[in-house]
Amino acid sequence: MTEALLFKDIDEPGLATLDVYAKRGGYESLRKALATTPEDVLAQLEASGLRGRGGAGFAMGKKVSFLPKGTIDKYLVCNADESEPGTFKDRELMQKSPHMLIEGLIIASYAAGATRSFIYIRGEYVHQADVLDAALAEATAAGYIGENILDSGHSLSLVVHRGAGAYICGEETGLLDSLEGKRGNPRLKPPFPANQGLYQGPTLINNVETLATVPTIIRMSGEGYAKLGTETSKGTKLVSVSGHVQRPGNYEIELGTPSREIIYGLAGGPPEGREIKCWFPGGSSSPVLKAEDLDLPYDFEAMAKAGSMLGSGAIIVVDDSTPILDVALKVAKFYRHESCGKCTPCREGTNWTVKMLERIDAGTATPMDIEIMASVQEHIIGNCLCVLGDAMAMPIGSLIAKFREEFEEHIEAARIRNGLGAGVPEPALATGVTG
Amino acid sequence: MSNTTPPVTVPAELRADIEAHMALYPDSRSAALPALEAAQRVHGWCSPEAIEQVAEVMGVTPAYLAAVATFYDMLETEPVGKHSIYVCTNISCSLRGADALHAAVSEAAGDDPEFNVRSFECLGACDIAPMASVDGVFVGPLTAEDVPQLLDDIRAGRPVLPDKQLSTRLVADPNANSRAFPAHPIEAGSTTDASGGSVSTTAQTPPAESIGGDSA
Repeated sequence: MTEALLFKDIDEPGLATLDVYAKRGGYESLRKALATTPEDVLAQLEASGLRGRGGAGFAMGKKVSFLPKGTIDKYLVCNADESEPGTFKDRELMQKSPHMLIEGLIIASYAAGATRSFIYIRGEYVHQADVLDAALAEATAAGYIGENILDSGHSLSLVVHRGAGAYICGEETGLLDSLEGKRGNPRLKPPFPANQGLYQGPTLINNVETLATVPTIIRMSGEGYAKLGTETSKGTKLVSVSGHVQRPGNYEIELGTPSREIIYGLAGGPPEGREIKCWFPGGSSSPVLKAEDLDLPYDFEAMAKAGSMLGSGAIIVVDDSTPILDVALKVAKFYRHESCGKCTPCREGTNWTVKMLERIDAGTATPMDIEIMASVQEHIIGNCLCVLGDAMAMPIGSLIAKFREEFEEHIEAARIRNGLGAGVPEPALATGVTG
Repeated sequence: MSNTTPPVTVPAELRADIEAHMALYPDSRSAALPALEAAQRVHGWCSPEAIEQVAEVMGVTPAYLAAVATFYDMLETEPVGKHSIYVCTNISCSLRGADALHAAVSEAAGDDPEFNVRSFECLGACDIAPMASVDGVFVGPLTAEDVPQLLDDIRAGRPVLPDKQLSTRLVADPNANSRAFPAHPIEAGSTTDASGGSVSTTAQTPPAESIGGDSA
């Protein structure tokens, strides 16, 4: 049992100002951290068991430790390009508690030995970027950003960098290219950013929520924080619940809370008289789960075990009023639009998937199209430089696997509706030609 | 025989703006996006003239900047209306009627050259779905009935739908967020099987990379 951590004072008027934030204990963790060594801070981060809050769930302390030691130029980049459909938790944090992010970022830079930092915020977040700029000016005036912070010998610069609208820039290497002033094409990995990232230098990249959790970890100690959550999913998590629920919004939960408690208890469940048809547990790129999965604890392992992922913590609920084809088409069209076009399986696969879904909707598809569509998804996964293609293939693959009957019924109904007659039509692709 | 092109003149304010951005980065080329955005504010879109001016100040080729500009949704490579209305039509908003909203906004705006109405990818405000970003201001939840007022507010230069602006919204359900959390699922004993087990393999391997956020 515990109180909210990141959202403790979230609706406090004026929390975005240094004055109110400091009155609420703000920057105390920074003082505490700077009074110890970077190694001590790193040890706290590792002891906390904090896993990245942006999607992959990689251990944050371990990631910091991957950076080479020594006095070379190192960079810290905060990924604030929150663009996974259904995700809006970082927006809330940046808008209402920007100093929490800045404080966490300074502490993390101290642990990693980084002296230059950037917050890459998506261009659509105009208000949030303005709030961050104002907070940065306050933090600089107070001596938290700049040379020799609080006489610790540690120095840090920070720039709030605004993107210009591209989902792929949330992918860490696409983000780095974009931050360098280029098209946001992902890079081949390895080398990983910890070795060769921004301007070819060692770079630590962390999500907003991950960094904003750091002051709490220092305050509670890594060990104290690790008491929250489950064995391998420590702490609390901000969850964005949207779609067919009565109270969409951001909720802070302890990892391991039953999914039903989040969707029904906090977000109010689907509208009166409706049932949940499926739900995305971690943004639109996570494979869907069904109502029977609602009793799973919401944590990294349980979601992975169920064949999906916790991702960014964005739960999208779809009730039984929506045809599954509409869901698939929305998802596929989004990834087709956002594919950068560099890798063939993603560029062509997203395009073909949309075309096949449109054929199903038009009644000109055959059941074979469903097979082809499923096989296209399998050929995308793992075959591209980044995971954008996978991000379509995983949910579409799961929709086909779990709702195949509905797809088949949709083809039949659409054919009759469009006056194409009953019975299986000629295959759309020539397959029977021999010799 | 000389083959010189006429010198590009850059408005002094725009030049100063771009140079200030360039000074922020170890490599001045990082200023490409902020510089193009600044030029777009001056010219209304990333016109060939705007791109030439940025290229002149940054010391890069116009072709390089044109390649960058075409990659990003918010950089306009065709002339557009002065006021942008991005209607989010991604999954969460569409589940709550965004496509009808987009149609209503498009119809009401008609061919008024002042407006740049676009259906847009997830804007990160699914808590106020269906929603729109009006010159960067997030408003929602919107219905077709809000549309005339929305356009009138823009035309009159007033704050757009003040009651529906996201910046005034409290976190979804303050009561839910401030109360104690439910009993620990493992302590409660009912879900141990689902959350425990195969710890050594799953804990070390990230489930998958994600794009919308980060990789840790």
